[in-house]
Formats: sequence, structure tokens, C-alpha cells
Amino acid sequence: MTDRILTTRMDAHPADSNVLARYEATGGYAALRTALASKTPEEIAAEVKASNIRGRGGANFPAGVKWGFLPPETRPRYLVVNGDESEPGTFKDRQLLERDPHQLVEGIALSAYALDVRQAFVYIRGEYPRPARRLQRAIDEAYEAGYLGTGILGSGFDLDITVHLGGGAYICGEETALLNSLEGRRGEPRIKPPFPAVEGLYAKPTIVNNVETLSNVPFMINQGGAAYDAIGPEGARGTRLFSLSGHVRNPGNKEIVMGMTWRDLIYGLGGGIPEDRAIKAWIPGGASAPWLLPEHLDEPVTIDDVGRLKTMLGSGAVVVMDETTCVVKAAHRIVRFFAHESCGQCTPCREGGSWLERMLARIESGDGRMMDLDLLLDVSDNISPGLTWPPKMTTICPLGPSATAPVTSIMWHFRNEVEAHITGGGCPL
Amino acid sequence: MSDEATPGMVKITIDGREMQVPAGDLLIAAAEKAGTYIPRFCWHSRMKPVGLCRMCLVEVEGPRGTMLTTSCTMQVNDGMVVHTESDVVKKAQEGVLEFLLINHPLDCPVCDKGGECPLQDQTVSFGPGESRFVEEKRHFEKPIPISDLVLLDRERCILCARCTRFSEEISGDPLIEFVERGSGTQVLTFPDEPFASYFSGNTVQICPVGALTATAYRFRARPWDLQAAESTCPHCSVGCRISVQSSQNQVLRFQGVDVDSTNQGWLCDKGRFGFEYLNSPDRLSTPKMAGDDGLQEASWIDALDAAASGLMSIIDEHGPGAVAGIGGARGTNEEAYAFGKFLRSVVGTGHLDAQIGDGLEPRLLAAPADRGLIGDLEKASSILVWGPDLKEELPVLYLRVRRAATELGAKLVVAHPRRTGLDDVATHTLRYRPGAGQDLLRRLAAGEGDAGAALAALKEGPTVVITGLAGLTEGPDLAEAVAAFGRDLPDATVLPVARRSNVFGALDMGVSPALLPGRASAVDDGARATLSGHWGADVPDGSGRDTAGIIEGLEAGAIRAVVLLGADPAVDFPDPARASAALAGAELIVAIDMFESVSTSMATVVFPALGFTETEGTVTNLEGRVQKVSRLLPGPGGARPSWEILEDVATRMGGSIGATSAGVIATEIEKVAPAYAGATWDALNTAFGRDGIVVPTADATQPIEYVPVDRPSAPVQRDLVLHLARVLYDGGTTVQRGLSLAKLAAEPAVYITPQDAHRLGVADGSAVRLSGGNGSAELTARFDDSLTPGAVYLPFNLGISVGSGLEVELEALA
Repeated sequence: MTDRILTTRMDAHPADSNVLARYEATGGYAALRTALASKTPEEIAAEVKASNIRGRGGANFPAGVKWGFLPPETRPRYLVVNGDESEPGTFKDRQLLERDPHQLVEGIALSAYALDVRQAFVYIRGEYPRPARRLQRAIDEAYEAGYLGTGILGSGFDLDITVHLGGGAYICGEETALLNSLEGRRGEPRIKPPFPAVEGLYAKPTIVNNVETLSNVPFMINQGGAAYDAIGPEGARGTRLFSLSGHVRNPGNKEIVMGMTWRDLIYGLGGGIPEDRAIKAWIPGGASAPWLLPEHLDEPVTIDDVGRLKTMLGSGAVVVMDETTCVVKAAHRIVRFFAHESCGQCTPCREGGSWLERMLARIESGDGRMMDLDLLLDVSDNISPGLTWPPKMTTICPLGPSATAPVTSIMWHFRNEVEAHITGGGCPL
Repeated sequence: MSDEATPGMVKITIDGREMQVPAGDLLIAAAEKAGTYIPRFCWHSRMKPVGLCRMCLVEVEGPRGTMLTTSCTMQVNDGMVVHTESDVVKKAQEGVLEFLLINHPLDCPVCDKGGECPLQDQTVSFGPGESRFVEEKRHFEKPIPISDLVLLDRERCILCARCTRFSEEISGDPLIEFVERGSGTQVLTFPDEPFASYFSGNTVQICPVGALTATAYRFRARPWDLQAAESTCPHCSVGCRISVQSSQNQVLRFQGVDVDSTNQGWLCDKGRFGFEYLNSPDRLSTPKMAGDDGLQEASWIDALDAAASGLMSIIDEHGPGAVAGIGGARGTNEEAYAFGKFLRSVVGTGHLDAQIGDGLEPRLLAAPADRGLIGDLEKASSILVWGPDLKEELPVLYLRVRRAATELGAKLVVAHPRRTGLDDVATHTLRYRPGAGQDLLRRLAAGEGDAGAALAALKEGPTVVITGLAGLTEGPDLAEAVAAFGRDLPDATVLPVARRSNVFGALDMGVSPALLPGRASAVDDGARATLSGHWGADVPDGSGRDTAGIIEGLEAGAIRAVVLLGADPAVDFPDPARASAALAGAELIVAIDMFESVSTSMATVVFPALGFTETEGTVTNLEGRVQKVSRLLPGPGGARPSWEILEDVATRMGGSIGATSAGVIATEIEKVAPAYAGATWDALNTAFGRDGIVVPTADATQPIEYVPVDRPSAPVQRDLVLHLARVLYDGGTTVQRGLSLAKLAAEPAVYITPQDAHRLGVADGSAVRLSGGNGSAELTARFDDSLTPGAVYLPFNLGISVGSGLEVELEALA
């Protein structure tokens, strides 16, 4: 059974996996050729639906279901590819953009064909100039070769792809903030509903999919959606790129079939922890995700199993922290990030995030008060009522509640260590 | 309550109480109507909801359990069950308030907003008792001026975005915006671009904290020390409802009052800050009489005697037709009525005019057929604006048209010689050279060329046609032809407009050679006879002179005496130099005014008048809506109501106009003026605070209904023509006598297209000589690529006049 889809070409041909000739020589654009020659848009959409792929941007929503939300009549429709990849610890889309951009271009073309879209946008984070250049080069090649533009491959299908580089805001990875940014507005999330599928870019029906999600589409057309659905356990079909970082010997992107254990991922593919130090905790799915603990090492890596542990696979960023990590410092770093990246429109996120950040900074530097411990949790509760999972929120988008994940992680699992900062006037480590 | 919901209503349950609320309402609004106030900061009923302050969180029961949601972004559904006081809601609301307060400076004791502050009030009602925040608060430089009128204190700001949304959504000049992000988010202007909006003061009023303050009001009073009265803004004929607020006998501010029919809460900055002239030290407080060394203070007795004897001797010598009256368009209906009655029945002249040679056919303004209301804009499919730049002359009407064209989706056609404030939201903009407007109208009516699409849009009714004088070098015929065209559209109402605040009221009161009080015709013998019966005096026939005619009469010696009521023709007549020269030749000028002016400097007697906020009465707006103005202040020293001054002069002339109080005059108006039947003093008092009374009421008969006439004229072909039009901040008294607004008047300049400039060898910013029908002037030339070619634009009343002739010449100066 296939255990890798996205990274086979770049591994086999590290020198030129990003150029058209190599892509074509390794079966590239065959799916598009087949689709345009002999398949209807509905058939393509059906394959994607049948694959049961869940979106790789972080929310894990079934992509085929999302496609089904488009109102049937309204045109134009837009396809927006989310390449903002700004969740700390996530660097998988970067690799896909840099090293196999044609795979994405073909995925976009197939999806646009399926969705009756004539204009697609790829929104790439501002800190990714090289991925953007690589993608633009691939797009230029594709136009040149007739895979994009008007009358693609002699069919009646037209498609333009526009690459847009963001300005450096985390929040623009949130799909509606991304759309605002693309329209030239401030990157601020919109209130949903309406969802982008109904009223998105320029108030038109818009599908927003992640880079990795769409990079899988050529496989689904070449091999069939059922073939994709045969990979991995139910609810976590297909392969998935994990960005492994932190205290591991072999950090990097790992394409795996979900269902292996965390131990397999961290100690197997990741090579374990340098100097064989003990693992203290890890972030399973990006900075927004509550942390997992050593007792979870033998839990399976699937969307639903992780959800059962009241956290998430999110964008697939796994950050490992060993016993030398100060959890207050780690939490502070993450909360500082979210406080800084709050778009500023919702009161609880804007004010609460920076309040949490400043309390953690104070505790870390030894100026904490015992009453700050409950205050940390109560302020978090005012951003994310009940501190439940999945989080409730007093905000428009989940950025605010994201800032509470590291707070609850350390307060619930490492309260003694936090208290020690207060009683000892600083970090005990 | 029955189980069946009334049509258009849905049943919802709020805190266990079942109620019917209008379908489609936002939950926050529906709850408030039903008696449940949900706290809020960012939500404003006149703007789109954004749900970002998060104060209005409530719990709504749904299929997937109870959901915490902002009530300002949720529409009511039938069967909706809402909790606004549950523990979860209370905690969330307390949490939001605590968050809002952690960085708020809590400098309430020195904050203008203290005492009327939604943040204060809602903290008391919904907030936590104390703060748990011990970190250093956020600091910004404070306050910073973001315009000449508005200061911004970013420490107080709670980032509700009401101001930024107002400037983008309502006024259409998005000059303030959020910058930065996270807790560094702040409202700011763009570099080197001040918040120069005609509507900036609204942001001060809707700011729910003291972050935005107005220079005119800052540190002047505490809200609890203010006396307030509702009134009607005196600055233009839209008739915006305001709250006049004063302390220690000084007007300190005007606030907009939200009435559906007119201003919907908004004011322009001229209206809002234009109260300062009332407090001016230059106000006249004693009568003055011409002496060897200009005007000298005089006693009331001497001044009244001089005015009466002066008028009587001219009447004796030359007949009553040698006396004329100009003015009445800036005061109340009662003052205008007294003025008209004084001139017609005591003096016996038919030469009287409230317009100053800058208006339209009086019958078209007072009694147009198919007259519309401002509210018609709300349901219009299409709108034609062919007349003044509404943003400059009738700013809140501009806001209403803008709303119709943006929020409500009406197609907007704008015709003007240059870009107007509405062009950016217009679906079709049409340009024409002054003097050739009728050509464009023919093309529009025939749907020729680029006017075809505009005509198609206007054929989609309901249509509102707003017409008026686009510029002062145009005669009134074009606007009348546009009105006639408008009436021929399939489903249109017509709104003829003129700017001066109570010009519609003054015409309704008969201050026009063509009109008698109550929209009766002065050439109608029966109407004149009826009025004679009421007044016990002959009413002169309808052959009197209008202002242009009066000036001609002065020049020819046919008119020898002029009574001015709050009018300064030497400045406001389109050709001021000509009016000034004509007045200089008058034997007698009796002026009633609040200030000395160019015209009063030539007067024999000047009486100090009480003005706005100092006299009560009624005014009539451009729709024919009668509203009250209130008296709140005593006014300066010896100033008196104009009607009282006229009564005293009348008495000395052996007559009377029966003016003993505004109420008495209003009662007489209701009886004498047919269109005002039913608009009794009591009824007006009752309607006060709501929408006023549109006359004629259902019970009244309006004697005339004027059908506009299309009088084709040949286009005037000249090399270079003049577009002479008003700007909001000009040399007028109400602007120049106020500290805040006086500095906003622009430097005079003449605007020219780059093409014409190139042809004439004129550079942008260079000195030129502009020569017109009556004079020439040296001034700066500025490029304006929106102007129709072959025309130059000169703002009126900025200190430069070359007459009001169409033809001009422009030459570059070395």
C-alpha cells in the first residue's frame, strides 16, 4: 500500500523536482489531461469527495464536504489556496511549494475544473519569498505548456492562477482574514456565517483549501478517490505531512500514514531526544494545540484519537519539549506570539492575550503572585468560556482561545513548576 | 398573546419571556424594543454590525446546544430562545468589560465623556466591581489632533471601530483606520492626511468613550451641568434635528438627534460646530444708526423712530412701491411671516424676496407638483441629482443619497460641471458646461450616447429627482427643466432644493413677489382678497420685484428704501459688487441682523436681532416639513426678536402686524396660510421630537401646485465659462464668526482643467488674472481634471468675485 504521496518526487529527484520537465517525466499533468479529456467536473469532485480527505490547514474539515457548500448558481466562484502557513512549528507547505510546486498547480487546476472556477489565488505568507518564486516559476511554465490560461490542453476550460504574498500576519492564515487581506483590507477575520463557500472573496462563493490538501488531488484523480480512502485509518485517510521540531534528533517534515503512535513518530522517525533526555511534553498540532504528555506516547496519531485527548493535530506541527524545558518560558513564548498576532478587533483576544502574556512574563522573571495562578485560568476562561475542548470562544475567530492552550497545559499539568517560579522567585530549572 | 405570530413578526423568548419582534431584526435591536437592554459598544443602529467589541454576547439555544454569540450579528428567528442573564453570559460580559478597562486610563474626572459615557454606564450596570489588572497600562501620546476639529486620545479608545466605520460606511471619506495589531492596535489617520471630513464631529458623538473629543467643546462643561433643548439645525434647509446644549448662557454644543425622516442622527460639521457664531463678541446688542463716522450706537426709541419716519417719508414721497424687503430665509417662519405682513400690509409694497438672486422659481420650491420627501430615498430604485454638490450645500442630504446608493442599492445619476461628493458612489456621472446644461438634458431625455444607460437607470422607479442650482452663473431655468423631465419619468418624485436654512419656510410665508402665505399665488385675486380680509389691509398685486429686480430698481431709482431681515445681499447676491453698489445708492436701509455686515454698513438704522436658540418658532425644510426651534438662551444685551422689532416699527407707522409672541404669530399662520391649516402650535409642539409635520397635512388645501415648465434655450457658446458654486466653509457669517470653522475656509483659487491650462499657458499653482462680467481678480490657478473642458470653477464667497456672468477670461501672470 502507498505510504507516501506528496514527497516521493522530491525525494527521488532532489535536484529538479520543482521543474516542469521532471514533473512531466514522473507522470505529472496526466491527471489533468485525463480529466479534461474524459471526465466531467462532477466526476472529479466525486473522486475528491470519495477520498474522504480532511483539510490539512488545521481545522481538519472534510474537503469534499466543503466543496459541496457552494451555491449551485452563483458565478464567478473563486478558489483560494491557503499557503499562509504561519502556525509556529509548521513548515510542510513550504516544502511542497519549493520542491513540488507543479503538484500543487495540477491540484489547483483539477480542483478549479471540478468547481467551475476560472480564477484561483494562492496566498503565500510574506516570509516565504522563495516558495513564492518557485511556485510562480512553475505557474509560468504551466502557462507556457498550456496547462493554465485559456483553452487548457485544447479543452474549453480556462484558468488563471495569481500568487499573492502576504504582509506577515499570522491571522491571515485564518481563511476569512486571508480573504480580507487578498481584497486589500486589514487582515481581520469575518463573522461566519456567511461562510466563504457562500460569500467569500469579493462576496462571491469561494473555496479556501490548504496547499497540502490540494497537492493530494492529482493522486486522487490518477489513482481514484477510493485508493486514497484506502490509506490510513477511518477519519484520518491518506498520508499526512508532519513538521517535527524541538528536542528531536531528526527534525523535519515526515510524511506518514496516520495511525502510528506518537512514540513511532517522535522516537522512530524523529530519532528520539538528543542525549536521551526524558520527554516532558509535546505540542501535537501547532502552537494552538493543548500539549500532550509522556503518558500519551502510545496513543495513535489520528485526528479523532487526538481529539479524544482534548487537543488536535491541527496543522501537523509537532514540537517536542524535553526535561530541560521551562514550561513557563515555553508557554510565555507561545502566548507572546498569539498576543502579538491578535488582529486587534475582538476585545477578549486583544486585551486578554496581552494580559496573559504579561502575567506569564512576570511569573517567569520571578515576580509572580500566587493569586496570578487562578487569575491566569480565569482570564483564559473569559476568552474561552469553560476552557473546554473544542474551545468555546468569546471571540470571532479561534486565535483568542489559542492563546489559552499553553496556559491550561501548564496550569493543569505543571502547576507545581509554575508555583515554584513564584515561591522560588524564578525558574527552578 | 395568541399562538399565531402577527405577519412580519416572529416569536422569540428572552430570559423566559415570550415576545413578538419584527422578523429580520437583529437580536440586540429586537430585545431593546421588547424592553431588554443588551450592553454594547461597537453596535450602532445606523451602521452595519461588526460584532467586535463582544460586549453584547448572549446565549442562544440551538440544535447543537446553547451557543454564546453576539446579539448584534444575529437575526431573530421564529422560536429563538435567548438568555441574556445566565451565569455564562454574565461572566462573559463582565470579562469583556474587565478587558476593556485594563488599559483604559480611568481618567473620568477630567474626561469630557464622564457623565454621559457608555463605558462608565455599562461598567456600573454590567461590569465587575474591581480590576484584577496590576500590570502597567498601555501608553500613547495624548491627545493628538487628527483634524482641526477633533482630538484623539488613544489611551481612552476601546477600539469599537464606530468612528472608522462611520467614516467609511456613512460619510464615505475613510481617513481614519485601525493601524498596528494586538494590544498595539490604534485608530490613526494616514501620514500627512488629516481627518478632514465634513462629518468628523459625528465620530465624537458616537464614540462610546472620551477618545474622540471636539476642540469646540473640550473641557468646557460637564454633561450634568448642561441645559438642553431639542431644536432644528439652522445651517441649511435639510432641517436636521439637534439637541442644543448650553451652560451659563452659552451654547456649548449641538448633538445630532436620531429621527428617521431627516438626519438619522448625523450632522455635518458646519451644523455641529457652527454654533460658535452665536457666542461671538461681535453680536449686535444695541441698535445703531448711521452717523458721521459710520454706525453709532443708538437708543431703541431713536432707532425705531428713525426707521418708521424714514420709511413713511419715502412712502409719502414716492409711494409704497419705492420700498422693498430682502431676507427672512435665515430665521423662523414667524419672523418671515411678520416680515412679509409688515411689507405687504403696513408698508404696502409687493417687492419682497427671501431668495437673494441665487434661487429657483419660488413656486417650484414652495409647491412643486409630485414633491418628494427625503424618506423616498430609502425605497428609491434610482436617483437623479442635478443641482448643487450636495456635500457642499446640503451635507446631510448627501449622506442620505449616499446611503441610498451604497447600502440600499439605488442607481444614482449625477449631473454637474465637475466632480461632486457623490460621484464615487454614482452609477452614472454626466458632465456639462455651464450654459449648455439643456443640451445634456435633451440627450438624457432622448437616451442618446452615454446618457442612454443613465436614462435606462432612471426609468427604473421609484425615482427621486433632486434638482437645484448647480452654479450661480446658471439661471433657474435648467433646474426647472430638470424637474419637468423628472416628472415625466415613470415613477418619480421631485425634490427641488435650495440651501439657505429657512428659505422654504420664508417662501411658504409669502416672502416672494409671487407667493402669499400658505403657498397661495400673489396673482390670484381671490387669494389676495381673502388675505386682505384677514389682515384688514390691501394686499399688493403679484407684480412685485424679486431680489434681482429690487437691485435693478435701486439702480434705476425706482426703489429707494430697503428693509433687510438677516440678509447681506452685498455679499450673498451672485454678483456682490453690483448689489453693493446698488445698496450704496439707497436712500434708506433698515436692517435687522445679528451682526454688522457689508450691507448693514450702508444702513441708516440697524436693529440687533435675537437669533437661533434665542427665539422660539418653527421652520420648514426642503421637503415642506415644519419643525420647531427652541429658545434656550436670552441672547445678548438688548437684542430682540425680529418680529417684535417689526411690530414696533409698524406701530410707529400707524399700523400693526399683531405680533405679540411667536405662538400668536404661529396661530395666525395656521389660520391665514392655507397650506399650513392644521399645523397648529399645539400640533407642532406635539410632533416636536418626532418628525415634525409635513404640510399640507391631509386636512389642508394647498392653493397652488406648480408644474415645472421646460423652457428650452440655446446653449451659450463661449471659449471659457465660469462655474461659480458654493462650498461648505465659505466667507459666510456663521462660518467666519466661529473659531472652529473660520480656519477651515479654503484659500480662494480658480480651478481649470490641465488641457485648458496648457492652452492658456497656465501652470498648476501659478498666479492668474480672472476677468468676468463684473470685475477681475488675481488669484491662484489650480488644476482640476474633473471639470468639464472649457469651464473654470471659482468657489463662491471666498473673497473673490468677478460677477456672475457666464463668460470669463483667464490669463497667466508672469
